[in-house]
Amino acid sequence: MTYVRYLGRTVFRMLSLLIAVSVLSFVLMEAAPIDPMTAYIGTDSALSEEAKEEIAEHWSLKDPPVRRFAAWAENFLQGDWGDSITFKRPVKTVILERFRYSVWLMLAAWTLSGILGYVLGLAAAVRRGSLGDRIIKTLCLVLQSAPTFWIGLLILSLFAVKLRWFPIGLAAPMGKLADEITLADRIYHMILPALTLSVLGIGKITLYTRQKMLEIMESDFILFARARGESMAQIVLRHGIRNTLMPAITLQFASFSELFGGAALAESVFSYPGIGSALTAAGLNADVPLLLGIAVFSAVFVFAGNLAANLLYMILDPRIREASAR
Amino acid sequence: MEKKEKESVTGVENKWEHEKGKAPVLEVEDLTVSFGMYYKGLRRRELEVLHRLSLTVYAGEIMAVIGASGSGKSVLAHAVLGILPGNAAVQGEMRYQGGAYGEKEQKRLRGKEIVLIPQSVDYLDPLMRVGRQVRGVRGSKKMQENVFERYGLSENVDRLYPWELSGGMARRVLISAAEMEKARLVVADEPTPGLNEEMAEETMKSFRQMAERGCGVLLITHDIDLAFRSADRIAVFYAGTVVEEALTEDFQSGGAALRHPYSRAFLDALPQNGFRPIPGSQPYAGNLPKGCLFADRCPMRSEACGREIKMREVRGGRVRCIRDEI
Repeated sequence: MTYVRYLGRTVFRMLSLLIAVSVLSFVLMEAAPIDPMTAYIGTDSALSEEAKEEIAEHWSLKDPPVRRFAAWAENFLQGDWGDSITFKRPVKTVILERFRYSVWLMLAAWTLSGILGYVLGLAAAVRRGSLGDRIIKTLCLVLQSAPTFWIGLLILSLFAVKLRWFPIGLAAPMGKLADEITLADRIYHMILPALTLSVLGIGKITLYTRQKMLEIMESDFILFARARGESMAQIVLRHGIRNTLMPAITLQFASFSELFGGAALAESVFSYPGIGSALTAAGLNADVPLLLGIAVFSAVFVFAGNLAANLLYMILDPRIREASAR
Repeated sequence: MEKKEKESVTGVENKWEHEKGKAPVLEVEDLTVSFGMYYKGLRRRELEVLHRLSLTVYAGEIMAVIGASGSGKSVLAHAVLGILPGNAAVQGEMRYQGGAYGEKEQKRLRGKEIVLIPQSVDYLDPLMRVGRQVRGVRGSKKMQENVFERYGLSENVDRLYPWELSGGMARRVLISAAEMEKARLVVADEPTPGLNEEMAEETMKSFRQMAERGCGVLLITHDIDLAFRSADRIAVFYAGTVVEEALTEDFQSGGAALRHPYSRAFLDALPQNGFRPIPGSQPYAGNLPKGCLFADRCPMRSEACGREIKMREVRGGRVRCIRDEI
């Protein structure tokens, strides 16, 4: 029963979020100095007047904004997300194609920052006050306040320009045919952007884990574990990880929004053809259909992350699990 | 700290040791524990929570330490086990079964020969099943099942989480954890608050059984009635020190047999003895007077009370008071 109600509430929240995001995005586009017709066909279009009429008809371009939004929403629901003027292809195709690149990039960065951040956080807490702890803490604060594009530029100039260990950009070697590109090529090109993107999330998860672990170490049950003769290693393995891993994973899932935002910057720096650089390009070219499409898509993505965090808690935390099972 | 000779001012041998032929398990001599605290910003001061405390626990007895709540009795328990926080400074000497008992021995013996029975389930890891916690890092499944059976805990308790235990079950689980080891010294820190009369009795019965097997039981409590009913000897705790160590009979016989003015005042202040409180309050740990800690409230004080006062043996008990007529 609890699950059914939870599911119902979740679907409702999801729908209201999507409506809010699309309305807000639409209003923002509307306020921007973009001619809606130009937005749909581009400035250098050679379309005939009739074709323009047809487009205006399809998207209700001559109607007031509310009607126009309704027309967009209707088409959107029917699967017609419009055409991107930047890429001269349907928005849906662009998003899916670009996301295929981004998803691996984000997954790599997300996993890397999660694992590294968690381990660093634990280590810092266990050796509280030591030199290592202070270095980790300072580094995290610096990384957290440093802008992603700046980090990206530093990494780019060090590893790609100066040391020449990695390529300067793109997702595959230039000049290679699509079917000649190997998996190794793709991974090789992904390393620097993934590193940049993971730097964005690592500070937060490290500091959070450190704080959580310190709280746990102060608790009565750790005192009792010590009284029972458990060593520091046993305490960390038996109680520390048990009590900090779940909140850390939850936080990591809840950070999908920063991941998406960071991807926009990291991908731009490395000219990585993912959804983030598509978003930047769409913004610069006043590509309204693509912007709206990505806005809705990212909302779903972030929502899915938060939902996963909540569901994980329900499944993994015995206090919630066994209370709702009754 | 120089080793203090055991002196016998009155020439009477320690009654308990003599009559029952019991050997001391734990001897605490002039134990002082202070915490480095920061106050008013960055000024550091030492907060002396235990002040030259002396106490002996014999094999086969229940020794109750009674004193007001929040007066630092738990610090005594933690000091005995060696699990004080890092900002604590410890002075004085402890002996275990006649031998040295320092940091090294504490580390080796705690959880094995010296066990702690904590106050409540807050001292159990909320995310670990009870059975696994009772087994600890050394116990086997078989041992745990035996102990559970002995304490009337059904098999399924093994699979429960701490918050799923009822008050009585929790108490028995915490004692079971202590029973997993071949303990020589049991330190029980306020084991009965929140329990009804019947459960408190049951708890004390298990302590009695442990004592009968040869354990020394150090029972730290603010429940005076409980101590009167179940302990063999009682130590009166005041302002971080033990002012008197006496047989329980001395308390039950109305107070004339007691040696320290505070013990008598303490007894008079009990509801069943007319509820006559003495004026004043216990001195604050950060501002202890020189000499006798009770002097400013004592009706029998003299000039000499301002000097350092040693623990001495009087009529088979021990007292920290300099008066001739005790």
